[in-house]
Amino acid sequence: MTTKGVRRPLGLAPTAVLLLGALYCLLPVCWVLAASTKTRGELFTTNAFAPGTGLFSNIADLSAYRDGIFWQWMANTALYAGVGALLSTAVSVLAGYALAKFRFFGRNMIFNVLIGGILVPAVVLAVPQYLLLAKAGLANTYWAVLLPSILHPYSIYLARIYASAAIPDALLEAGRIDGAGENRLLRVVAVPLMLPGMVTIFLFQFVAIWNNFLLPFIMLADDERFPLTVGLYTLLATGANQPALYNLVITGALLSIIPLIALFLTMQRYWRTDLSGGSVKS
Amino acid sequence: MTKANRGARADRTGATPYLYLAPAVVLFTLFIAAPIGYTAYLSLRRVQFSGLGLGKKSRTEIFVGLDNYRTAVADGEFWAGWLRVLGYATLVLALMLGLALVFALLLDSARVRLARFSRIAIFLPYAVPGVVATLLWGFLYLPSLSPIHATLRAFGFDDVDLLSPSTVMFSMVNVAIWGGTGFNMLVLYTQLRAIPRDYYEAARIDGAGELAIALRVKVPILAPAIVLTTVFSIIATIQVFTEPMTLRPISNAVSSTWSPLMKVYRDAFVTGDLYSAAATSLVIAAMSVVPSLLFMRLVRRQAFGEER
Repeated sequence: MTTKGVRRPLGLAPTAVLLLGALYCLLPVCWVLAASTKTRGELFTTNAFAPGTGLFSNIADLSAYRDGIFWQWMANTALYAGVGALLSTAVSVLAGYALAKFRFFGRNMIFNVLIGGILVPAVVLAVPQYLLLAKAGLANTYWAVLLPSILHPYSIYLARIYASAAIPDALLEAGRIDGAGENRLLRVVAVPLMLPGMVTIFLFQFVAIWNNFLLPFIMLADDERFPLTVGLYTLLATGANQPALYNLVITGALLSIIPLIALFLTMQRYWRTDLSGGSVKS
Repeated sequence: MTKANRGARADRTGATPYLYLAPAVVLFTLFIAAPIGYTAYLSLRRVQFSGLGLGKKSRTEIFVGLDNYRTAVADGEFWAGWLRVLGYATLVLALMLGLALVFALLLDSARVRLARFSRIAIFLPYAVPGVVATLLWGFLYLPSLSPIHATLRAFGFDDVDLLSPSTVMFSMVNVAIWGGTGFNMLVLYTQLRAIPRDYYEAARIDGAGELAIALRVKVPILAPAIVLTTVFSIIATIQVFTEPMTLRPISNAVSSTWSPLMKVYRDAFVTGDLYSAAATSLVIAAMSVVPSLLFMRLVRRQAFGEER
């Protein structure tokens, strides 16, 4: 450290800047961790970051609230995000693979039109999506949140980048000469090679659906089908004037981020965010 | 993109690519194209009441041309919302992307300690939904609970209201920066790691310091990625909805039309005027067209230029 330290013109400043950033990002998480352990009285009287004594009673109160609807929201969110992200990954990989590895009439046009979907503001879609699904009798059902979440133009864009970088044309050609059908090539050659990219697409979509608020907020009326985001929002809107509900909201916020943070920490090395490609190793 | 080549012959693959694209195209038609078309149709119509406006027969939909657009564009509240969002977006973009770039460059410089910890910590807010992030900060803005206020009081600043009409926008900017910096940092950092290390060796031999390398070598190479993250961030910030909506219950300073998107929501679902909501949302879409076109060009030129 001493020899290196001499050559370091800015000393520890870069490390300090990064640690400040880390502290800023961790602060609210630390606060909610402490606040959710506090009883109603402790919340307003003790130091913000000091632990309290009420974690289990808070969780019990939250579980008791409206017959445990919080856990229903949790299960709903897992369903929307899990099933939605799986289907989305499948659709995106099929489309991205086709766009990257085949030459066919209309290829560029189809890509441009699909990718143009990224640019349409969510609200332009959400309101008429609601009206159309309502006409189909699907508003306020699980389908109303699940179906519009499947198509994700950005994932198709990523899948195309991954496919063109990870699958050598020669390998497909060799397979074709050996007489393999296209579906077999997809299963045996393309999917295994695209697997790391598929994990990334799945994770992005999982987080995006887990975090989505506008779509379920518009689609759903019945709180039995709410995801966590909409559920916590309604809890906050109800509780804003009743500090008695603060504990529920805070504990709910903590419990709702634990699964995602756990997923995030375990899958951390799979996040590949190369937006413009080129750095995906084949 | 040049002509056909090995491994990609239309004659041999036939219908396969169309089959693989079918699910995406069908979903696109149902959930993107049809809603846009329906919005356009609605935006040109309005309900007319006849008689007392009671009963089903008294409500008829009529074609009104561009009337709804005229009303939308003439609405002062709509432009006030745009102005707020423009201020919000400018601050968020400058601060969030600036911080993301600084953090990414620092992480990439070999001499930093605890880099892994910092990277994970700064990316962590990405895992927190916008509603929950706003809720957490919202509580941190409440004087009765907040360690921020306690700290401010200790320094002699009493009566700071972080949720007043003059401050609530900055409080929202803070939530956006908190939630978005890590993601953008990771995008830029991933790109930085892909730059061959010998570029820096050459610069070092020429006598460049770490700072000069960062500014003169790394930033120019990052430029396309910076532009892409900027465009994505513009699209996201223009559509801000979740954060102001979540702050509303705890701050009187956030009106139901704080952002243009909130106005569309109110028109469509609270006031029940779908027709003007449709027109307004198409105006918003049109106003996002500039970053959109920019994006399309970028995507085509740089991502797929090298695809064989």
